Amino acid sequence: MNSATFSRGRLAVWGGCLALAFALPLVLKSGFVISLLCQIGIMAVFSLSYNMLLGQTGLLSFGHAVYYGLGAFATIHLLNAIGKGGSPFTTALLPFVGGLAGLLAGLVLGYVTTRKAGTTFAMITLGIGEMVAACSLMFPAVFGGEGGVSGNRVVGKEAFLGFTWGPQVEMYGLIVLWAFVCTVAMFALTQTPLGRMANAVRDNPERAEFVGYDTERVRFLMVVLSGFFAGVAGGLSALNYEIVTAETLNAHTSGIVLLIAFVGGIGFFYGPIIGAILVTLMQIVIGGMTHAWLLYFGLFFLFMVLVAPGGIASLIAVQRNLWQAGLFGRMLPHYAATALPVLILLAGLVGLIELGYALLAGEGATSDGPVRVMGMMLDLKSPQPWLSAMAVAALGLGLTRWIGGRMREAWNATLSTLHGDKA
Amino acid sequence: MEFVVISLLNGITYGLLLFMLSSGLTLIFSMMGILNFAHASFYMLGAYFAYQISTWTGFWPGLLVAPLLVGAVGAAIERYGLRRAHRYGHVAELLFTFGLAFVVEEVVHLIWGKVAVDYRIPVELDGTLFTLYDTDFPIYKGFMMLVSVGMLVALYALLTRTRIGLIIQAALTRPDMVEALGHNVPRIFMLVFGGGTALAGLAGVIGGNAFVTEPGMAAAVGSIVFVIVVVGGLGSLGGAFIASLLIGCIQTFSVGLTISITDVFALIGVELPEGSQVARLTITQMAPVLPYLLMVAILIFRPRGLMGAREN
Repeated sequence: MNSATFSRGRLAVWGGCLALAFALPLVLKSGFVISLLCQIGIMAVFSLSYNMLLGQTGLLSFGHAVYYGLGAFATIHLLNAIGKGGSPFTTALLPFVGGLAGLLAGLVLGYVTTRKAGTTFAMITLGIGEMVAACSLMFPAVFGGEGGVSGNRVVGKEAFLGFTWGPQVEMYGLIVLWAFVCTVAMFALTQTPLGRMANAVRDNPERAEFVGYDTERVRFLMVVLSGFFAGVAGGLSALNYEIVTAETLNAHTSGIVLLIAFVGGIGFFYGPIIGAILVTLMQIVIGGMTHAWLLYFGLFFLFMVLVAPGGIASLIAVQRNLWQAGLFGRMLPHYAATALPVLILLAGLVGLIELGYALLAGEGATSDGPVRVMGMMLDLKSPQPWLSAMAVAALGLGLTRWIGGRMREAWNATLSTLHGDKA
Repeated sequence: MEFVVISLLNGITYGLLLFMLSSGLTLIFSMMGILNFAHASFYMLGAYFAYQISTWTGFWPGLLVAPLLVGAVGAAIERYGLRRAHRYGHVAELLFTFGLAFVVEEVVHLIWGKVAVDYRIPVELDGTLFTLYDTDFPIYKGFMMLVSVGMLVALYALLTRTRIGLIIQAALTRPDMVEALGHNVPRIFMLVFGGGTALAGLAGVIGGNAFVTEPGMAAAVGSIVFVIVVVGGLGSLGGAFIASLLIGCIQTFSVGLTISITDVFALIGVELPEGSQVARLTITQMAPVLPYLLMVAILIFRPRGLMGAREN
C-alpha cells in the first residue's frame, strides 16, 4: 500500500462522505427518512461485499444472500441469548459476530463453490443458495419458520456513552459507523496483493496461474472475505429491523443485491453504493406510487444491461472524463435536446403499463365505471385512454429515434475527439 | 413393491417433463454458451398461454399453438435482446436472462394475477388408464409420457437425421467454419433459441395442468432444472437425460418415504438420543433439499458432472 492510496484528495472525499452521513439526520428529521437512510447504509455494505465477487474477482454469484441471512440469524440469536445480561456496548459489537457467521459460512460453502469460475460458479451458487433457503424452512427452531425470529436491540440497564440504540437515530449512527469501517476495509482490501490478484484472476486466470498463484485459492479467499462483510450487513439488518425471516437468505434477496451492484456499476468501487442509494429510493418512492414498481425496475435493469452495462458509475466516469477534457459543454445541448422526447416516450409507456395494470389487476378488474389512473379518472372500457397513451408513446419513440440518432453522432464524434486527444 | 412401481412411473413421467426443459437449456448452452436463466419462465409462459387458449377454444388447439407462440417470443427475445447483450460478453447475457425472468414474472402477475389460474386437464383425458395394485394410473400421466417421448424422438431425429440438424451440430462446435460455408449462423442461433424455448413452452402446456399454474412455478422448477444441468454435465444431452430421470425419481420417491435417520439407526439396533432435530427429520421433510445435496455431492466427487466433457 503506497502513500497514493490514501492521498489527501481521497481522504477528503472519505471524510466528507462520513461527515455528510452524520449530518443528514440533523437536516432531515423525519422518521421515515431516517429509516430509509438506515436501509441504504445496510444495502450499501451488502452490495459492496457482493461486488468483491462480481466486480473484483469476476464471480457471478446467485446465492450471496446466504451469508447475509446467516449473519443476520447469528446476530439475532446471540442478541436474544445475551438478553438482559447484555449492555449497549456488546450490542454495538454484535454485527461483528454476524460477520464471523458469514465468514464461517464462506469457509464451508466457498470450498464447494470456488472449484470452478464462470458460468459453473453461477449455477452452483444458485443451487447452494436454494439449498440453504430450503433448509431454513426445515428447521423452524433455528430459523423461526414462516414468522421469523424477532428480538429487542435495547438491552442492559445503563446507556453506553449515552446511547441505548433504542431510537432510530442512534441506530442510524451505529449503521453509519459500521458501514464506514466496512467500506474503508473493503477499499483497503482492493489495494492489497490479494485484491490485485483477484483482479488478475478475473481478467486472465491462465496468466495468473503462470505467475504462480493458485486461482482457486484466490477465489476462495475472496468468497470468504466477502461472506464476512455480507454477514456484517446481515447483522446490522438484524439490529435495525429487530426481526429476521427466512426471506433474508432466499433467492429474492440474492437477486436484489445483484441488481443493485450491477445498476450502480460493478467496474467501480463506489458503484454499488450509488446502486444502493438509487434502488432503495426507487423501491420506496416508486413503490409508494404504483404497484407495478417491480416491473419498472426489471425493465430498467434490462435497459441498463443493453445500453449501459457499466452501470451508473460508468456514465458518471465518462462525463467526468469529458468535463476534464473540456468537451462536456459540447454534449450538454444534445443531452438537453434528447431529454424531452425520452420523457414523452416514458410517459406513453408508463401510461400503457398503468392502464393495463388498472384494468387487469387494479380497480378496473372489479368496477365498470371510470377508474383513477395516474391521477385521472378514466373509463378503461373505452378505447380513448388507450389510444392516447399509444399515441404519446409512438410520438416519443419517433422523436427519440430522430433526435437520439443525432445525439449518437455527436456522441461518437466527441468520444473520438476525447480518445484522439489522449493518443 | 406397489409403492416402488407407482413411484417409478410417476418419477419417470416427471423426469421426462424435466428433460423437456433441460434439453432446451442444454442445447442453448452448448451452442451459444448462454445459460438461459429465464428458461423456466418460458415454461411458465407456455402454461399460461395454454390456459388462455383453453378458455377460448379448449385444450387441443393450445397444445399446438402455445408452444409455437412461446417459441416466437423466445426467438424475438434472442433477436432483439440477447444479440445486443452478446456484445458485452457472457456475464451481460446471463444478467439479461436474469432480468428477463424477473420481468416475465411481473408481467404474469400483471396479466393473470398473483394466484393460481384454473387450468384443467381436458375431460377426454380425465380418467384411469389402468389399475395397478389398487392404485389408479391416470390417463393424463400416460398422455404426458407419450407427448414427451414423442417430442424427444422427434428432436433426436431432427438433430441426427436432417440437414438442419447437421448444420446445428456443426455450428455447436465450429460456428466460424459453418459461417464460412455460407450458413447464417446468427439465424441458426435464433432458431435454436426459439426451438429450445418452444420445448420449454410445451412442457409448460402439459405440466401446467398436471401440477399447478401460478406465478411461482417458474422459480420452483427453474432451480431444479439448473441442478439437472450441473449434475448431468454442462452441455451434455445424454447427461441431462439421465439426471432428469434421476431427479424426477428422487423427488417422487422422497415424497412418499417417512423414514428418518433415527429409524435407519434403529434398524441396525442403535438408539439415537431423543431431541436431535436433524436425526428426526423424515425423508419427506428433506425432499426439497435432496436434489441440491445430490448436486453438491456430484460437485465434490465428480466436478464435471455425470457425462460432461472435461474442462480445459
